[in-house]
Amino acid sequence: MVGNRDCGEGDMGEPMIEFRGVHKSFGDEVILRDVSFRVDRGDAIVILGASGSGKSTILKLILGLIGPEEGEILVGGRDIAPLSERELVEVRRGIGMVFQEGALFDSLSVRENVGYRLFEEDAVDEAEIEKAVRRELGFVGLEDAIDKMPAQLSGGMKRRVGIARALIGSPPVVLYDEPTAGLDPVTKRTILELMIRLRDLEGVTSVFVTHDLHAASVMAGERAVADGGGGVRFLSGGDGAGAARNRFVMLQNGGICFEGDYPGLMRSTDPYVRKFVS
Amino acid sequence: MKKSLLMRALGAPWRFILRALWDIQSYTRLGARAVANVFTPPIYLRETILQMDRIGIGSLTIVVLTGFFTGAVMAIQSEGALRRYGAVGMTGQLVALTIIRELGPVLSALMLAGRIGAGIASELGSMVVSEQISAMRALGTDPTRRLVTPRVLAMVVMLPLLTVVCDSVGMLGGWLIASYKLLISSSQYWSDAMNAMAFSDVVGTLVKPVVFGLIIATTGCYIGLRTSGGTEGVGKSTTQAVVSSSILVIAADFFLNNILIYLAPLMNR
Repeated sequence: MVGNRDCGEGDMGEPMIEFRGVHKSFGDEVILRDVSFRVDRGDAIVILGASGSGKSTILKLILGLIGPEEGEILVGGRDIAPLSERELVEVRRGIGMVFQEGALFDSLSVRENVGYRLFEEDAVDEAEIEKAVRRELGFVGLEDAIDKMPAQLSGGMKRRVGIARALIGSPPVVLYDEPTAGLDPVTKRTILELMIRLRDLEGVTSVFVTHDLHAASVMAGERAVADGGGGVRFLSGGDGAGAARNRFVMLQNGGICFEGDYPGLMRSTDPYVRKFVS
Repeated sequence: MKKSLLMRALGAPWRFILRALWDIQSYTRLGARAVANVFTPPIYLRETILQMDRIGIGSLTIVVLTGFFTGAVMAIQSEGALRRYGAVGMTGQLVALTIIRELGPVLSALMLAGRIGAGIASELGSMVVSEQISAMRALGTDPTRRLVTPRVLAMVVMLPLLTVVCDSVGMLGGWLIASYKLLISSSQYWSDAMNAMAFSDVVGTLVKPVVFGLIIATTGCYIGLRTSGGTEGVGKSTTQAVVSSSILVIAADFFLNNILIYLAPLMNR
């Protein structure tokens, strides 16, 4: 169950997540109308939109936390809409989710938070969990915080612990819900670098929901390269050169008003997109 | 889709009734699932024991104080009523009957509805608004199993024990007033109290808190888990949990009394 992030059979181009004509409403309020898009294995998709445009709803639908009224949601080729809560557990095992404010469990230490999935499965022994927790915390640069409680962490640290928790068990898909909102520029940069590393060096399929155009442009414009000495360098090669596999979807009033790459987004003549990017 | 169409067609009063029926249905379903979880693994033993400590040991002080003063007040009040008939000597009987049959179970339950019901609703409510419940589900855990079942189990086990403590301390409070203010001998007070008790009273004082505990825990969990609207929503849920569980406890007490009175002759044979 651990470490199968890059050993998936089949080449890139196989759809990992696909929405087909999805409708979702809460009461009388329509959140998503006829939304269709697909994310291929190893791709990164950025979902842009104003607050309340239904971005976070898309992530909750992918996890099966809520169900659609109409349409199909395929994860790894399987429609998850008709699955029971018990069957969904299997689907969710392959998906890591980074929540907006981290959503760490207040009553558990950082160690128990990060290792939560493994502690729950009860099949892995303590020493192995400890090793996995330390590895993921090392990845986000917070190995020292392992014994702390969430209340003792700053906002940025909580997000990083949240990322570590999402990465445990090496899920092939990671979803980010506004991971950079409300952070100072330095912390924001740290989080974005983590996301770029996961995309370029670990082959993680990612869905990144944000209203922050700057964060989206960094994701599209930079590329992580291993420098051979165990370190990582970030190259920025102009518009979108860093990440050919980075695509953009823009939501307006529950529908998709733009889909394409970063240069395409910048050149789009759609009035809503123009208002958003200028 | 279907539900909203139906609601629009029926108008506001019907919408209210449908909403209430829907609430009752989901509340019952949550309660049933919480209880059913006790019989299938995994069981979160550590969480259950933690909750037992919080509910049981944590509520000991308020239950002892409530019981003591209620018992003492009952003894003081009985003097006026009993003196008219020259029956002050029967104080022990009166204190025992009121405390053990009625006030012990109900007052302990009401104190815990305030302390524990509010605590459960606000804790689960904050977990909802900070997305911890979603995170828990995303990480493959059923929140009913992990959060609701341990609280229900702890409450159902601890409330009867707390009620026994409340009853005992209440009798002690009554004895203090009886012997130092009403000058009744200790032996008369205690033997009078013992003689007044029937087997059905003992059963009642233990069965009632089981039901009350179930009500308080499931109401707190249900209202906490359907919190919405940020921190303001958490406050609303907390208040609502206390009010709803208190009223439900008193209403359940009425029905339980009827059942117990009906069954008493069978039990006391």
